[in-house]
Amino acid sequence: MKILVPIKRVADPNNANKMKVSPDGKRVVSGDLPWAINPFDEYALEAGLRLLENGATGERFGELVIVTLGPEDVQTTMRQALAMGADRGIHIPIDEEKLDAMIVAQALAAVVRLEAPDLVLMGKQAVDGDSNNVGQMLAEFLGWPMATFAMSIALEGKQIVVGREVDTGVLTLRIELPAVVTVDLRIVLSKSVRNGKTPESHAYPDDVRHISVKGIMAAKKKPIATKTLEELGVQPNLSVRYLRFEVPPARSGSTRYVESVSELVRLLHTEAKVI
Amino acid sequence: MVQVLVVAELLDRALRKTTLSAITFARQLNESKGGVFDVLVIGEGAEAVAHLATRYGARKVFWAEIPGGYVAERYAPTVAQLVQSQGHNVVVATASTYGKDLLPRVAARFGAGVASDIAGFSVESDGSIVYRRPMYAGNIYGYCTIDTPIHVVSVRQTEFEAAAEVGSESPIEAVEVIQDEVARRVEYVSLEAQKRERPELAEAEIVVSGGRALKSAENFKRLLEPLADVLGAAIGASRAACDAGYAPNDLQVGQTGKVVAPKLYIAIGISGAIQHLAGMKGSKVIVAINTNKDAPIAAVADYFLVADLFKAVPELTEELKRLKSAQA
Repeated sequence: MKILVPIKRVADPNNANKMKVSPDGKRVVSGDLPWAINPFDEYALEAGLRLLENGATGERFGELVIVTLGPEDVQTTMRQALAMGADRGIHIPIDEEKLDAMIVAQALAAVVRLEAPDLVLMGKQAVDGDSNNVGQMLAEFLGWPMATFAMSIALEGKQIVVGREVDTGVLTLRIELPAVVTVDLRIVLSKSVRNGKTPESHAYPDDVRHISVKGIMAAKKKPIATKTLEELGVQPNLSVRYLRFEVPPARSGSTRYVESVSELVRLLHTEAKVI
Repeated sequence: MVQVLVVAELLDRALRKTTLSAITFARQLNESKGGVFDVLVIGEGAEAVAHLATRYGARKVFWAEIPGGYVAERYAPTVAQLVQSQGHNVVVATASTYGKDLLPRVAARFGAGVASDIAGFSVESDGSIVYRRPMYAGNIYGYCTIDTPIHVVSVRQTEFEAAAEVGSESPIEAVEVIQDEVARRVEYVSLEAQKRERPELAEAEIVVSGGRALKSAENFKRLLEPLADVLGAAIGASRAACDAGYAPNDLQVGQTGKVVAPKLYIAIGISGAIQHLAGMKGSKVIVAINTNKDAPIAAVADYFLVADLFKAVPELTEELKRLKSAQA
């Protein structure tokens, strides 16, 4: 089995409240925040690795390829994914500001046609743009079935059974491969991924795997191929263009600390008038 | 002039309330730029639901009967075909998991740009539409335009109030269902829905939300339910509480869970991670109950009760019961 995992880098999402806007309002500035793999893409990578291995013995049954769009230094982030266990990378060099969901989906579709994976596994959204579009567009461009917001995946021969986390509960689909699956956070819980190889008794931690020193050493030797948008036959024409950015106004008023439950109730009743 | 298509969302053979936010967007856009809007009701039992959608001022309500549960591959071709045959230039749905799943797939069929989860829009002097989107967990607003002939837009439910009915009645019309080969490769298995007596999270006037400090599923239920009952509130949870199994996943409030903006949000034992704040900081009044007065939730809280929740929450429930009975 071959799995393709698109990886995006984002400015440290745990400090998203430190994002700023350039004085002319044209750009979002991450300052000295470090880059990280978009958390949902990291979950996709973890799920991909679980699909391809016997979790108890560590034996691998297929190939996991990552693909990333970004400038030259995005390869640092790609090496982290390789250190986690991906086998090789494809780098599409381009400045992130010149991209939108459509261009990314077209570039990924072109990579899929070259690589012919059985499954594209990716984050449901990048936590910088928060758009949640690329996986769905990619599936449509390829004419492939999709399952978005996956919280569980079970591999059954040439099919997967996916539990989708939707507003009203869990919607389950059975899909014939090849397919596009976008993952939600709970895909990394201990029992979320089943591949028929890892024994049922095996419990993964409820999280992505740690990067080992051995993994880092191995990652240095793993190949990263470069493919330009031009080579992929994709025109970099934006269909969604950002004119400006702004930091939303802060909530007005300051925090009022209260001492007792009765004081709180009085204030909510007489001052805030919400109860 | 814009011709808007509102893609309705069905739930239990009725119109899901989310649809009414998309209709409000359509009406606002028609007010600013002229034009009309249509509604497409698609899914199982569509014809009956179409009648429920006729009282909102649409030029027409189209319906397409697709039996079985929702599968994007079975819906997208029909939506796209209608847009192209009717010449709609804006396609909108509410950014529920349904709208977020379906619309980008529709957009890709005719190469349209998508502005997802918008919080507002404006029409510039040259007539172009500028969409305002929360990004970076709500820490940045991006203002964008769509440069393709058709715009595809999903709207944040909490930013567009539910449309009220109008006097007139829209005519209804059946549309042809378009099949796509790809749909044969997807089988709808089931929807395990959580049935609740409480109001829907995204629509509730008051939300009582619990975090990891509740320490167990049993505590979560025992402390939060009576409080929610007395307030007629919906119950929410932090990601940590959901991950720990204290609350079901579909109660998660946050950047990647549900976005809520009630008039009162009570955060109980929630420290206030950035991704949680992204889902609730639009609330009118925010109350935090926490032992740590420096918890990040303080950045958005209007009232902060520094207290042990195990003592304070039952006390709060009792105090509110007294207040309610005095009011009655």
